[in-house]
Amino acid sequence: MIKVNKLSRRFGTTIALDEVSLGVEKGEIVGLLGPNGAGKTTMMRIITGYLAPTSGTATVAGFDVRENSLEARRRIGYLPETVPVYSELTVREYLKFTGALHDLSPAQIAEKIGACMERTGVAGVSHRLIGHLSKGYRQRVGLAQALLHDPELLILDEPTVGLDPTQVVEIRGLIKELSRSHTVILSSHILPEVSHICSRVIIIDRGRIVGVGTQEELEKSLKGAEIIAVQFKNAGPGAEEALRGIPGVHGVRAGTEPESFLVESGLGIDIREEIFNLAVARRWPILEMRVVSMGLEEVFHRLTRQEEAAS
Amino acid sequence: MSGLKDRYRAVADILAPSWNKVWAVCRKELAVYFASPVAYIVAAVFLLFSGYFFSIILSITREASLRLLFQNVAIVMLLVAPMLTMRLFAEERKLGTFELLVTSPLRISELVAGKFLGAVILFLAIMAVTLEYPLILVVYGEPDWGPMAATYLGFILMGTAFLAIGMFASSLTDNQIVAVVASFGILLFLWIIGWASDLIPSTAIGMFVRSISIIDRFESFSKGVIDTGDLAYYLSVIGTFIFLTIRSLDWRRW
Repeated sequence: MIKVNKLSRRFGTTIALDEVSLGVEKGEIVGLLGPNGAGKTTMMRIITGYLAPTSGTATVAGFDVRENSLEARRRIGYLPETVPVYSELTVREYLKFTGALHDLSPAQIAEKIGACMERTGVAGVSHRLIGHLSKGYRQRVGLAQALLHDPELLILDEPTVGLDPTQVVEIRGLIKELSRSHTVILSSHILPEVSHICSRVIIIDRGRIVGVGTQEELEKSLKGAEIIAVQFKNAGPGAEEALRGIPGVHGVRAGTEPESFLVESGLGIDIREEIFNLAVARRWPILEMRVVSMGLEEVFHRLTRQEEAAS
Repeated sequence: MSGLKDRYRAVADILAPSWNKVWAVCRKELAVYFASPVAYIVAAVFLLFSGYFFSIILSITREASLRLLFQNVAIVMLLVAPMLTMRLFAEERKLGTFELLVTSPLRISELVAGKFLGAVILFLAIMAVTLEYPLILVVYGEPDWGPMAATYLGFILMGTAFLAIGMFASSLTDNQIVAVVASFGILLFLWIIGWASDLIPSTAIGMFVRSISIIDRFESFSKGVIDTGDLAYYLSVIGTFIFLTIRSLDWRRW
């Protein structure tokens, strides 16, 4: 459905996207995950034709987003991060307008608008001015706008940002339901959101893809780079520094117990032996040493942090 | 094969804009205009001043003509036009709705056409109210129809040119104040440049300067003279600034 090939985008000297390639298959629900400013919005804006790439190509349903922009745009329903609504229009007027922009005839709009408003839960406020609606309802109106023309591809930029917890749950449920009939790509900097809804996660940081896969795959891909939890006895204040000195160690955090540490190592390096040797040399009894399995949260932190260390 | 078909489609798209979409943009534009107080206030100010000028000029000159009236109202239009056009693109940018418009299958040219049409319709609606002045002249005097019609034609052309310039200024920024000041600046420049021609009357530069002055053109209309050169001037100003608006919005993607 989407093919992105070596896409780059610069803003002046800032590189927002750096030769990113990815593919999204029909029927998938893909999450773009990354910290703020990672390039998620830039990526979505290029796919939707709002921004031109500096180099590289992107196609939607086989149509190049530059060469055949109009055809590509016909197949996309897009909800930008700032919900694009007009306060002065009623919900129904607004949807009629956006429907017309998407080549729907008045008859088609009349036919679809009711079901679309039902589906997004805005039917009850259809005659109210959008300016008078709550943030949650506006978000729903934005979703209704993206859905009305029944696009093959839905692109949702941070769809739950700024909503209260109840609204977040509702919108997530709605997106999950939509993913049955549409290909969906959504962005978020909130991990649980992506891991709940998406079938595949693309982790993006500083304009580069740092990890792709299902939740399980991402967790598995970092096997051998686990976090080691270790607890010493009578080690004194120098322990953390000493652990940092072990080759391959990326970070050391204090654990919950006294004199316990969480030691993160580089990919594919097993540092347990080194920790043991260190403890023997310093005569620190090891009370406990175990491998902590990494959840998606850890993967996310590690992938985005390694990028930081490399740059 | 499909590439060839696409190419034909692309050609057809350029030649035949979707008037449904242009009309949809225009209707939305008018709905937003009339939902906000700006349109009413601008119309009220315009009509207040034109009514004042009408009564004052009529009581002094006792002449059943619109010539002096619209020459004075032109100054009011200089201030009013930027206020009618300031929000066209600047507001969409600020609100983020510009992203919606540009990512829907709507061509920039259709967007610009729809917006411009909306602004022109609002302007014509305000102008329609001023028809009471010639009506009063017809009831109480014997005005010359030709010059009155020419005055209206000239004023509408000039006003539409003002709107095109204002729309261009609005396409450059996401700040409505900047849009107002920029369009007022361009209009004032095109206005006062005519004065310079008085200082250097006979030279080629003087001729050129006079030829781009936006107000000199209107004066001949208000005298009842419809010159094809003047018509062409206003139409080309309108066309040029519509084109520049499309280009400036296109460039913004880069």
